[in-house]
Amino acid sequence: MFKVVIGLEVHCELDTKSKNFSASPNKFSMIPNESVSAVDLGLPGILPVPNKEAVRKALLTAMALHCKNPDEVIFDRKNYFYPDLPKGYQITQVTKPMGKDGYLDILVKGTPKRVYIHQLHLEEDTASLEHDTKFSLIDYNRSGVPLIEIVTEPCIESADEAVTFLEDLKDVFLFLGVSEAKSNYGQMRCDVNISLMEEGSDKLGTKVEMKNINAFTSVRDAIEYEIKRQSEILLKGEKVIQETRRIAEDGKTYSMREKVDAVDYKYFLEPNIPSTPLSDEYLYELRSTLPELKTDRFLRYMKEYSLSEYDAKVLSKERPTADYFEEVLSYGSDVELTVNFLTSAILSTLNKLEITLDELFITPKMLSGVVDHVHEGKISLDHGKKILYQAIEQKIDPVELIKKENLQQISDEDTLLELITSIMDENKEQVRQYIEEDNEHVINFFIGQAMKKSNRQANPNISLELIKKELERRKEYDK
Amino acid sequence: MYREKTIKELKEDLKEGKITADDLYGKSLRLAHYFQDDYNSFVTILDDTKVKERETLIGGIPYALKDNFSTTGILTTGSSNILKDYVPVYDATVYKKLKRAGATLVGKTVLDELAMGGTGTTGATGIVKNPWDKERMIGGSSAGSAAAVALGIVPFSIGSDTGDSVRKPAAFGGLVGFKPTYGRISRYGMFAFASSLDHVAMFTKTVEDAAIVTDILKGQDPLDMTTLKDDGKKYSELVTEEPKGKKLFYIKEICDKELYKDSKEVTEVLTKFHELLDKCRQEGFTIEEVSIDKDLLNAIYPTYMCISCAEATSNNANLTGIQFGPRGEGDSIEEIIFDARTKGFSELIKRRFVLGSFILQKENQDKLFLNAQRVRRLLVEKITELFKEYDGMILPASGGIAPKFTDSSEKLSDRYLLLENHLAIGNFGGFPSITIPYGMVEDMPIGLNITGRIKEDDEVLKLAYQVEKLTGYKGIYSKVGDIDV
Repeated sequence: MFKVVIGLEVHCELDTKSKNFSASPNKFSMIPNESVSAVDLGLPGILPVPNKEAVRKALLTAMALHCKNPDEVIFDRKNYFYPDLPKGYQITQVTKPMGKDGYLDILVKGTPKRVYIHQLHLEEDTASLEHDTKFSLIDYNRSGVPLIEIVTEPCIESADEAVTFLEDLKDVFLFLGVSEAKSNYGQMRCDVNISLMEEGSDKLGTKVEMKNINAFTSVRDAIEYEIKRQSEILLKGEKVIQETRRIAEDGKTYSMREKVDAVDYKYFLEPNIPSTPLSDEYLYELRSTLPELKTDRFLRYMKEYSLSEYDAKVLSKERPTADYFEEVLSYGSDVELTVNFLTSAILSTLNKLEITLDELFITPKMLSGVVDHVHEGKISLDHGKKILYQAIEQKIDPVELIKKENLQQISDEDTLLELITSIMDENKEQVRQYIEEDNEHVINFFIGQAMKKSNRQANPNISLELIKKELERRKEYDK
Repeated sequence: MYREKTIKELKEDLKEGKITADDLYGKSLRLAHYFQDDYNSFVTILDDTKVKERETLIGGIPYALKDNFSTTGILTTGSSNILKDYVPVYDATVYKKLKRAGATLVGKTVLDELAMGGTGTTGATGIVKNPWDKERMIGGSSAGSAAAVALGIVPFSIGSDTGDSVRKPAAFGGLVGFKPTYGRISRYGMFAFASSLDHVAMFTKTVEDAAIVTDILKGQDPLDMTTLKDDGKKYSELVTEEPKGKKLFYIKEICDKELYKDSKEVTEVLTKFHELLDKCRQEGFTIEEVSIDKDLLNAIYPTYMCISCAEATSNNANLTGIQFGPRGEGDSIEEIIFDARTKGFSELIKRRFVLGSFILQKENQDKLFLNAQRVRRLLVEKITELFKEYDGMILPASGGIAPKFTDSSEKLSDRYLLLENHLAIGNFGGFPSITIPYGMVEDMPIGLNITGRIKEDDEVLKLAYQVEKLTGYKGIYSKVGDIDV
């Protein structure tokens, strides 16, 4: 059979206030040509001024992908004519990309895989074209938006690996906060290069390129379809044609154009942007701002906090959740209870209300207060959650709520025993069942009663112990 | 009376109330229209500029701007058909600064198409003639800007200088042409020809006026990354001071009289040059002859062509008729762009683009483009090294007077390779460089050039001011035409 060789070129728009080389706002808009300046239109006489924030974010992403950074920031021109490229050249990086020779470790269905990154460079996005049958329209909103391109080595071997890599890469963008990477907005898109080679052979097969695929599911479809298509061709003893194909809505790929000789983009150094040296201090400082990524957190949560794989996965899945979790812990709150509150109460509430963690009224500090009350046995876990729901609904600090509604738990054994004794005296039939029939279910009945009579303030754990003790005492006494 | 005056003199007249800014604009406009048919300085003459009386060095002073500076709402063609209807939507930094200072824009001047060329004959609206002799060229590419000052229409004008596009026509027009250090003046809004060589430059009648205009234009611009932090100096106040040092050199291989014995014109130019050097020596200058490897000097012109054509090809790739300019016809996008560019550019421009494209091709880049960069570096290193010992370099700006339109292109021959192309050194190194008139040959003005250390614009101006005093040709202009305003 055949070995699959896949290389990806991933484009991701960076989230910055302004565009990469002009001051016009960088924002997604449905209104065409809303955020454009002379620079984005490539009018005669314009000059580029690089966006510092875009440079920072590109360098940071390169660092997160374990790439080597350059000693200076310089840009090159890539020259070609196309209506979506107003200057007739794209400012990009060839000579010294922001990152070289990195990798990203991913878990493909539990199996670790290292995807090697050839390079990461910063460039500008093109305008977007909309084609009608008779004419085409140009929207320059996207023209000049900062874009990073990440090129992997041809080391991916299946659709699963490709999609997992893309998902994990997207998480890297999100954890770094460099991009929202929304593929439905075209903020993250990728080109797939795929070829098949004879098992055991070291000769690469003919490469087929598929450009600008937005959705990850389409990437999967395209790869799977191509593997099938190319295998069939090769099995028939025919040759795969080197070409560019596109993925259609039916999940099949169709030929766009045969690849003639590679285009000569006549790259040369952009003369309008002087070199900016990158000092070790700057890079060191930047590196110190690098947040811990998903996989690292996932592994650490299991190791450091002994979380189950499931809990670790849920909590590390998104940066806001992970940061929230870690902040609660930073106040010294109990890990197990915190996980319990977060995974059940908090996350389910977010789902129910369809809001994000940012929009949630409960801050990590507040949650920590509730967790601590439960941990210290002042209130029960159930109570704690109820309080939390009330707090969310009424937008009141839950700790205040505990105080205000005098929900302090009764933990005093004498008070509780008095209560339990009176309940048992009133429910002789249940006591009898315990003594004569060894019916342990009545314990739950008494706990329920104790809660009811105490306005749910009785400490359930202490109550349980006391109820057991009192029932045993009465059993002995009866004998 | 108006035509002969310098900025400084007009400013004094304004101050003393002898004249108003409106009067100056009116006089300038009359002259602009009067000379337009004969000399063709302008693409556009502006009859309704708002005149402002401002207390700046150039408030109320009329000027002309080369038609490759972006001016909001004012047609800006680059003297090319591909931009024949192009009306910019933003202001070049230079234009913004002149407006803010209250100078009065009289017109946009003709250039060699897209600033590529040195004859003033390739602009889309026709050739520009030399005010000293209509049979002759004024030179280019800033042809109209040079003619407008030489005719006395305006006391100063703005041009661009990529190889010698201001400093050469200044010599042919009897003008001061100054190109400050690369980055001293913002290029934002100046149509790019070759970004690494492009400079904003100016024509004036005197060195002092050049200092005045530079004071207005200079300074760091957040829109141009290559601009320098301002040096905080007022050149117009410093220019009359003694220079730091007065030790100059000239290059033997460029102006050795022995090389041109058979040419009366060149011999006369060089004789006058050496006579002036002697006068300078008498006034305390030290001027020495240095020798530079001839192979290196011979490489100036090909190096200039390689770099400028390569950058020009890319810089002008925005001219496709898609975003702006006349839309081409065709069934595919390639055909549409091809048609627009075929119709929009003259043959000379296309030749440069083809050259540039060839030079940038992967298989040629190292041999041509990168090698040119290496030669450029070698030349700059050599001159910089000489500037450790010398305060400046002094050379004739050209080997002769302005050529006739009918002249054969003998000046392009190898013999004149150095004498006619050495000014590009100033662009290679970004050195401040100034041309001033120093004599007349066959009733035509000739100019010399002083180039100095990078960022020491004030020193170059001071040196030129001292030399200007000795030439006897300070403040000349062509008195042609039966008009006085």
